[in-house]
Formats: sequence, C-alpha cells, structure tokens
Amino acid sequence: MNDAGFYQFSTLTVLLLLAAFYGGTYLLTLTIKKGKEDTDAFMVSNHRIGFGMGAASMTATWIWAASFYAAATSGYTYGVSGPLHYGLWGALMILFIYPFGQRFRKLAPNAHTLGELIHARHGSSSQLILAFSNLLGSIISLMVNFTAAGALVSVLSPLSFQVGVIIAGVGVLGYTLWSGFRASVLTDFAQLMALMAIAVVIIPAVLFAMGGPSVMVEGLGNLTSEQANLFSTDAILNQGAPYFVAVLAYAIGNQTISQRLFAVNEDHIKPTFITATIGYGAIVIGLGMIGLMALTVGVEPMNGDMNNLIPQMVSTYLPPVFIGLFFILVIGSLSSTADSDLSALSAIVMADVYGKNLAKGRADPRKMLFIGRLTMVIATVIGIVFASFSLDILVMLVFVGALWGAIVFPVIASCFWNRVTNAAFTWSVVVALVMFCLARFEVLSMTGVVALFFELLASIGAGVVIGLMSFGFCGRRIGAIAGIVTAVAMAFFATDFLRDYTVLLSSLTAYGTSTLVCVVLSLMANEHFDFNDIKRRVGNYDHDEGVGMAVDKPKPGIASYE
Amino acid sequence: MQTLIYGTYILIWPTITLAVLLLICSAVRKDIRAAKREKRDLV
Repeated sequence: MNDAGFYQFSTLTVLLLLAAFYGGTYLLTLTIKKGKEDTDAFMVSNHRIGFGMGAASMTATWIWAASFYAAATSGYTYGVSGPLHYGLWGALMILFIYPFGQRFRKLAPNAHTLGELIHARHGSSSQLILAFSNLLGSIISLMVNFTAAGALVSVLSPLSFQVGVIIAGVGVLGYTLWSGFRASVLTDFAQLMALMAIAVVIIPAVLFAMGGPSVMVEGLGNLTSEQANLFSTDAILNQGAPYFVAVLAYAIGNQTISQRLFAVNEDHIKPTFITATIGYGAIVIGLGMIGLMALTVGVEPMNGDMNNLIPQMVSTYLPPVFIGLFFILVIGSLSSTADSDLSALSAIVMADVYGKNLAKGRADPRKMLFIGRLTMVIATVIGIVFASFSLDILVMLVFVGALWGAIVFPVIASCFWNRVTNAAFTWSVVVALVMFCLARFEVLSMTGVVALFFELLASIGAGVVIGLMSFGFCGRRIGAIAGIVTAVAMAFFATDFLRDYTVLLSSLTAYGTSTLVCVVLSLMANEHFDFNDIKRRVGNYDHDEGVGMAVDKPKPGIASYE
Repeated sequence: MQTLIYGTYILIWPTITLAVLLLICSAVRKDIRAAKREKRDLV
C-alpha cells in the first residue's frame, strides 16, 4: 500500500506490465506492416474496413481514460442517474453523427479528412478553420491521455508521474508510427477486446465483493433525495444538459470520428456507429456504476480526488490480480485514443495542410508520408511536454469548445445547402467566436437589453441543436419544425433565466450566431454550388491520376438534398 | 424487490458489454474471411 492507501505494484511488475502491453501491441502491428506503406492507407486504410473492425475501432477510440473517471465521479456526485448522464450523452455523440457521416461519404467517397471536403466545397479559409479546430482537439486529447498514464503509474507504483507519461507516449508512438491509421484500427480491436473483457469481470466483481446488491440497497440511506432520484433535475441541469449541447460539436470537431467515417465500408456506416454507441454506453455507464457503489457504501475519495474512486474501490475490495487488470484497462483505453489522435493529427497535416495548401494538388505521396510520421513524432513530444508540466489547459478547452460549437451549423449546412458560401462559413465562425467570448468571459454585463439579446441568440442556438439532430434522422421538414418549436419555447422560457448559466448561454450563443450569420450572408450572395464538384476535387494521393481527378462517375441522387 | 431492481440496474451494463463483445468478435471473423476471399488487406 502507498501513502494514499492504494495497493502498489513493484517497479519491476509495472514495467513488465507496460512492456507486455506495448510490446504485444507493437508485435501485432508487425502482422500488417508493409515495407512501403501507401499514403492513402496510412490515413484511412482502404475505405473498406468491415463492420467488426470499424465498430471496435470507433468504440475504442471514443473511450479514453477520462471516460471511466468522469462517469464514476458523476455516479458518486449525482447518484443513481449520474452514470447515465455521463455515458448516454457521450454515446449519443457517436450516434448523431452517422446520418451526417453518410452524407459526407456520399459527397466525398475518397476523402481522408472532413477538411478536404470543406476545401472542395469552399476553399482554404473554411477548411483551415476546421483543420485548426481538429488539431487543437487532438493535441488536448493526447495530453489528457498521457497525463492519465502518468497519474496511474505514479499511484499504483513507485515510478514517477513523468516516467508514466514518457512510457505511454513512446509506447503509443512506437506502434503507430509506421503504419499510421491501419495500425490504430488493428490495435483498437485488440485493446477493446481486453478492455471489454476486463469491464465485464470487474463491475460484478466489485459489486459482489462489497456484499452484493443488498448491501447497496441498505446504503441507499446515504443518498440525498436528488441522488436517489433517477430523474434528478440537479443531474440533468448540471451534468446532462451541458453535455447534450456538445453532442454534435464534439462529433463534428473530432477528426478521429471523421477519419473512421471515411474509412469504414460505406454500406456499414450505420451498423458500425450504432454498435459503437451501444458498446461505448454500456462500458462507460457500467464503470460509472462503481462511483454509485462507492456512494452507497459511504466510501470517501482519497484526498478528496474523485479520480481516486475507481482505483480505491478496486484496491479495497479486490485482490491484486484485479488491480493489474484495472491497470491494463486504463492503459488500453488511453492508448487506443492516443493512437487515434496521432493518426488524426498526421492526416490533417498531410491532407489539409500539405496536400491542399502547400502542395496545392501536386502532393508527392512519399513526402506526404514523411510529413505524416514527422507530425506524429512532434505531436507526441508536445503531448509529453504539456502533460509532464501539467499545464493549465482550461482556456484552450473553453476556446476549442466554442470553436466546435461555432462550426457545427456551417459544416453541416455546407454539405446539404448549395447556397452556403466561403465568406458565409468563415465570417459565421469568426462572429460566433467573438459573441461567445463576450458572453463566456462576461466582457459585457449580462443585464437588461444586452442579456435579453444574448438569450434570444442562445434560444436560436438551442433550436439549431435540436433542429439539426432531428434533421439528421427525420429529414428537413421535421428538423425545421423541431428547431423552430425549440427556439420559440426557449425564447419564452429562457429569457431572464439563461443569463445566470454563463457556460450554457455562451455555448448556445455560438450555435445561434454562426447559424444566423451563415444563413444571412449565404442568402445575400446568391451562389449555387454543384455538389458533384466535390467528388471530382477530392481524390486519392497514391493514384497516378493524382489528387483532384475524378475517380468514378458521380452517383445519381447525390444532389437530392439541394 | 428493490435488491433485484438495483442488482439488475448495475449488472445490465456488463451484460450488454459482453453481448457487444461477442457481436464484434463474430463480425471481425467475418471481416477476416471477406478480406481473404477478396484478397485484400483487413485494414
């Protein structure tokens, strides 16, 4: 046991566990290694990844170390409904993107990034905004995952935080560097199998080791009435609602998702994403239940740190072998997300920065591959340095969240509405960011007419969120009705109320502003884009005909949304 | 009764996880066969 009361492995045991994990993963990637990798395959494999591999990769990528800790924290804080309010909305991020993903894929079947599609639709400024938001998101994710590795190693062994960070960074880079996305997908499958098997064993093991469901029921008296309520308003307003608003933004702003949308066999997008939704939800909610169990039996998190909850419960109730399994569970989850981030970052720099802007359609595949690998090395170093110094990334997180919220409508509208212009896209994001900052950092005093103005913008934003979600599954008419009804209802109920919830107000303001500016500027321009041009402009890099050549004839029905 | 409800509420998630695990394993086996049949890489 260490000072905090956790079971501790010896240095040798932890090093052996890490060597077995990263060594085994590296050996696995040797089975697909090619002396000369294809540039396109390095970014999106062969665009024909099957349902099983696709679903496994999507699930593994979306589960990161923070998923377990945050779900358990939610269970401990909000009680019975807590894990649902974390895991369910996270899962819905995967579900709600697939109808739009099917459209992205139809428009640009050979794309490697969403940015390429936007470049073909609008040009560089819009594409670079999207690419920049993706880059920031993946760097943050990389840093958070390396930090989790450092924290885990330092808690469960005598090794230092920095050693954990460096081993995770080097380990992930080692098996991803050569084959890129292909290695990421293959190892995702193996990591997810381990992760799922361990989750299946650990959740009931903790429950029965602490005395079974009857002990939990006896401990319900420890819960407040809100915590005991499955429909707790407190949990909805503080945990569910802010997460719900971010559902589309996280999915659009994340290249790890779009990379898989472009890599999976087009016919399998729907089952792949539905399976990943269920898989993610079940694992994360299940592990979140350990937080609820801790609450019912009256366990206090060590040093008041909620991240200690799961290790503490496992350490208290289960033998060391389970702690070893938990160790692998966390290392597997953070590594699968980190390798996806490295692949995402390399694809963005290869395709969006070099391919579309520096090489301007004359990309050299070999140079591109070198740039991709160099990006991975630099990103790993940045991730390790940021994580090692425990830099405060709160402002960066807030900014990225705003950027993602601001680009949701322009990106989706650009793929369905032929009148959206490059200027409308760019200015809508810029103005939305400015308005977000005014609200979020309370540059303007949120009182009187100013507050009312922002609440009305936020009401439109809420309408946009609900409208887009409904549109994805039910089509334009229902989407429009749902959006308008929501906006009107919000304008009625949220005025004089939302101003007190700065985070929610500013997030919704970003959605509302970008939508208004995008629509108004697009209507003023009177441009009519031919969506078939996208397919002609986005091609493969390895083929002799080069990028920008048509790869096959446009399929009928593509313009049916126009 | 409450014990049964809470027990189910906790254990339903690892059960679903197990079902998804089996589904993915079976689907990956099909993916491997399809890739071999079509003489292409799995990933």
